[in-house]
Amino acid sequence: MAKSNKPVVWGLFAAGGTVTAFIMPALVLLVLLAAFGRVPDILTYEKLHAFAAQWWGKAVLLGIIFLALWHAAHRLRITLHDVGVRADATVAVAVYAVAAVASVAAAFYLLRI
Amino acid sequence: MSERRVSLEVLRYDPETDSEPRFQRYPVPYHEEWVVLDALNYIKDHLDTTLSYRWSCHMAVCGSCGMMVNGEPVLACKAFLRDYPDEIRVEPLLHFPIERDLVTVIDDFMAKLARVKPYLIPARDEPASAAERRQTPAELKRFKQYTLCINCMLCYAACPEYGLMPEFLGPAAIALAHRYNRDSRDAGRDERQEIIAANEGVWDCSFVGACSEVCPKHVDPAGALQQVKIASTVDWYKEHLMPWVKK
Repeated sequence: MAKSNKPVVWGLFAAGGTVTAFIMPALVLLVLLAAFGRVPDILTYEKLHAFAAQWWGKAVLLGIIFLALWHAAHRLRITLHDVGVRADATVAVAVYAVAAVASVAAAFYLLRI
Repeated sequence: MSERRVSLEVLRYDPETDSEPRFQRYPVPYHEEWVVLDALNYIKDHLDTTLSYRWSCHMAVCGSCGMMVNGEPVLACKAFLRDYPDEIRVEPLLHFPIERDLVTVIDDFMAKLARVKPYLIPARDEPASAAERRQTPAELKRFKQYTLCINCMLCYAACPEYGLMPEFLGPAAIALAHRYNRDSRDAGRDERQEIIAANEGVWDCSFVGACSEVCPKHVDPAGALQQVKIASTVDWYKEHLMPWVKK
């Protein structure tokens, strides 16, 4: 048996899971706070816009978005396999393509800021 | 006062006479300190000598008496009657062919276990006569948990991925490979990686975690498999991006 090439997709999945586990709860909390009109001072629109205007701010945001999307795509691929969809290669191409296209779109809009 | 009894509904199958498995019900006396294995022994001794099942130590050490009790893979010697309702269904371990009654065919697991080389492989240049290879408590701690596996195969019965893909190497075999890979006296990791880093090795695992939930010895095979995935991922990047780096 040859060694698998799955580490490539799994490594990104694992990294995405770790990032998402840290970012998501904070994001949920902040969105709730914002919904109730209580945006903390350091998270005002102007400050976030300034953050996204810097090159390293763009890099951080794109990294988080890409890893989170990849994580979701890989999880969906495994879930579909578990519920009986056996066309793994087709599913893999489809879900990873969505993650890739959405990441490219995110990069495009980030660069316009 | 009438004696309390429980009803054991046991799967019966004799390949020589039965076309398919059936269930047979046995009334068994209830004792606070009895486990399901005691109830099976009572049936064998007093009600039906034809019932077949594996067991040996009666103390959760030998790993022989794994079976499904009310749908959960357990050691029959560790499953107390007091923890179950009065109707108890006993079936052979899921995902294995039935040899007879509660006895399963375990050839698949035995073959997989042998393939991962679950023994110390010393370095080639190490003389066989090297008498003592000392280990610090910290080095022992790196793998001790994984030595507790008793090959009872409950994790294989619990693993939905093994149920879906019989070629999957499975929790216990990979956890045992991991046990030797982490041993400071071992030099056989490269040989084992060829087996466990394949698609049918660790990569068929989707981290359901059921193996660790049912493990009677708290080995945590799911944790071992995640560590194997991380190590195999580091290997992959080293082999493909830094081929000049000697492992």
